[in-house]
Amino acid sequence: MRTVLYDGTYLGWLTAVFDIYDHKIEDVVFARDAADSASLFATPHHVITDETKAARVLKGLEKRLSPDGLESLYKAFLSEYDSMDNTLLRFVRHAFASTANIEADLLHTAVWDVQQAAKRVRREAHRMKAFVRFQKTSDGLFYAIVEPACDVLPLIARHFKDRYADQRWLIYDAHRKYGLHYDLDTVTTVSLNFTPTSSTDATNASIFDEREEFFQILWRRYFSSVNIEARKNLKLHVQHMPKKYWRHLTEKRPGVSR
Amino acid sequence: MNQRVVEKLEILADAAKYDVSCSSALSNRKNKDKGLGNSSGNGICHAYTEDGRCVSLLKILLTNHCIFDCAYCVSRRSNDVKRAAFTVDEVVDLTINFYRRNYIEGLFLSSGIFDSPDYTMERLVRIARKLRTEQNFNGYIHLKAIPGASDELIRQAGLYADRLSLNVEMPTEQSLKLLAPEKNHNDVIKPMAFLKNEIKAFTEEKKKSRRTPLFAPAGQSTQMVIGATQENDMEILGMANYFYQKMSMKRVYFSGYVPVSNDNRLPALGTPVPIIRENRLYQADWLIRYYGFKVNEIVGTDRPHLALDIDPKLNWALHHLDQFPVDVNTADLEVIKRIPGIGYRGAERIVAARRFGRVQPEHLRKMGIVYERAKYFLAFATPFIQQKDYTPVQIKQRILTLQKSKYQPNFSPQMTLF
Repeated sequence: MRTVLYDGTYLGWLTAVFDIYDHKIEDVVFARDAADSASLFATPHHVITDETKAARVLKGLEKRLSPDGLESLYKAFLSEYDSMDNTLLRFVRHAFASTANIEADLLHTAVWDVQQAAKRVRREAHRMKAFVRFQKTSDGLFYAIVEPACDVLPLIARHFKDRYADQRWLIYDAHRKYGLHYDLDTVTTVSLNFTPTSSTDATNASIFDEREEFFQILWRRYFSSVNIEARKNLKLHVQHMPKKYWRHLTEKRPGVSR
Repeated sequence: MNQRVVEKLEILADAAKYDVSCSSALSNRKNKDKGLGNSSGNGICHAYTEDGRCVSLLKILLTNHCIFDCAYCVSRRSNDVKRAAFTVDEVVDLTINFYRRNYIEGLFLSSGIFDSPDYTMERLVRIARKLRTEQNFNGYIHLKAIPGASDELIRQAGLYADRLSLNVEMPTEQSLKLLAPEKNHNDVIKPMAFLKNEIKAFTEEKKKSRRTPLFAPAGQSTQMVIGATQENDMEILGMANYFYQKMSMKRVYFSGYVPVSNDNRLPALGTPVPIIRENRLYQADWLIRYYGFKVNEIVGTDRPHLALDIDPKLNWALHHLDQFPVDVNTADLEVIKRIPGIGYRGAERIVAARRFGRVQPEHLRKMGIVYERAKYFLAFATPFIQQKDYTPVQIKQRILTLQKSKYQPNFSPQMTLF
């Protein structure tokens, strides 16, 4: 049993895979920071993230997986599931050990678990495309706060860039304390540390565009008006819009009158 | 912009909500010249109302003033409701500002008919044109084509909109005559046929020259109201099939009638909305479009109505037990898709997975297959459990005890009678 310590990035994890094959490490336990590994086993293997090593692992996988399969691997990594690091390693070992493409081998548990995790991440990314609610500030920036269950910002950058090409925007993951910022040219990752409070509400006029509150009112009224009372189905409503997202949804935010 | 706009939005969104289409998929309009919006991906539902329906588009009427008096319609001339009308600029401003905040995928604009069909249609086209040309808006636009409007206006609409639709409203011509005597079935069918030919012509042209402009890239759709009149499900599905086959429709929507009038030609106010029947019709629609079923396999003169208590696929299987059990390790994909409890994706997963080994019941459960439902129709070479020879009635009872529907009390046939 050997602890493999890496920096928590995908490149870091790929480098770890390289090292595991290189040093023929069996019985791996992954850890993302020193505190995790300290008490466990005597000498952890320290991975130094290395793009060349990571690229070699990716290249090997490219030969054995379809572009979709490779994408699923990355998405499963973003799921942040417990023990996903190990599941992914089992997946990779299975892929390298067989000559045929193993993506559809759902009879193998690692393949199945990776597919399931990737599916969950895809769904979370799709939900973020739906549930981001921008608020316009007085200097013309459209910003939104999200708290996705998985680390999906890298997966939605392209979507928002293609769609909102002519407005500056910022999407901030309050959970992971970083955001995506688009400046009319490129999207960059920015680290910020602020805690969103109720003062970020459009009612706090000074920082918002003068028409921001007006459009939020319109949207809430629209949302209530299109409901058909005779067809009420709250269970379905909550199934599609789980309560954990309500905090940041203009039309569902608690404590705001409709 | 003021309080009056808020009020207008409430009136004109309320009046538009009975149109059920909210699709924003199937277009391929990309962001152009760093403008606003992109409709090239899948559709996105940005919110869900408390009735569980998706909100993808800003769905409004330009006005609910109408010269017609169709009994089933909330905006009918004789109905005592508040009336309102947006200006062209108000609709453009709302669409752009909702879109910029990621509330919507685009605009679904319909209208009551004021003055004349051409006058109304011209306004709708003007809004779409303004969004596309002045605002460089590449989000989704669904426009209603107004029956009776000129071909030229409808063609222009197609050049700006992603989807156009004309609602047939009633499943048969007789029903339309009964409830909307001023309307003519042919006024709807004629522009549908025109659109079908235009869409086809533009698609052909596009293959030859990339410079051909988009023309309603997401096609056309239609809607019929269910449960307001006497039609049976066979007539409804037959009509839907006609639209798919003859008009190349992308979608036919069914809208369970929500009582909005005490007109004695219609179900009384307070009659429940036929939600389950609507759901069964959509299930049948899916079987026909994606599962290779023919209309006459699902309904026939001997059973003109879909069952309410079980879905149409299970019902079909129970009537065709001679075609089961099926061994998923050897059967064709098309055959596997017909097994109750196995969906389109599930069937594809089974066919992909069986190349790696024998698929067993425990694998099926993990693949998202409803095994407890499917097991009555499955055969395994090495028996997992010895399946007894149940009769159709026994299978149905066993499956029904598994599922608990909150609509259970509504399964009585009264729902379809009035």
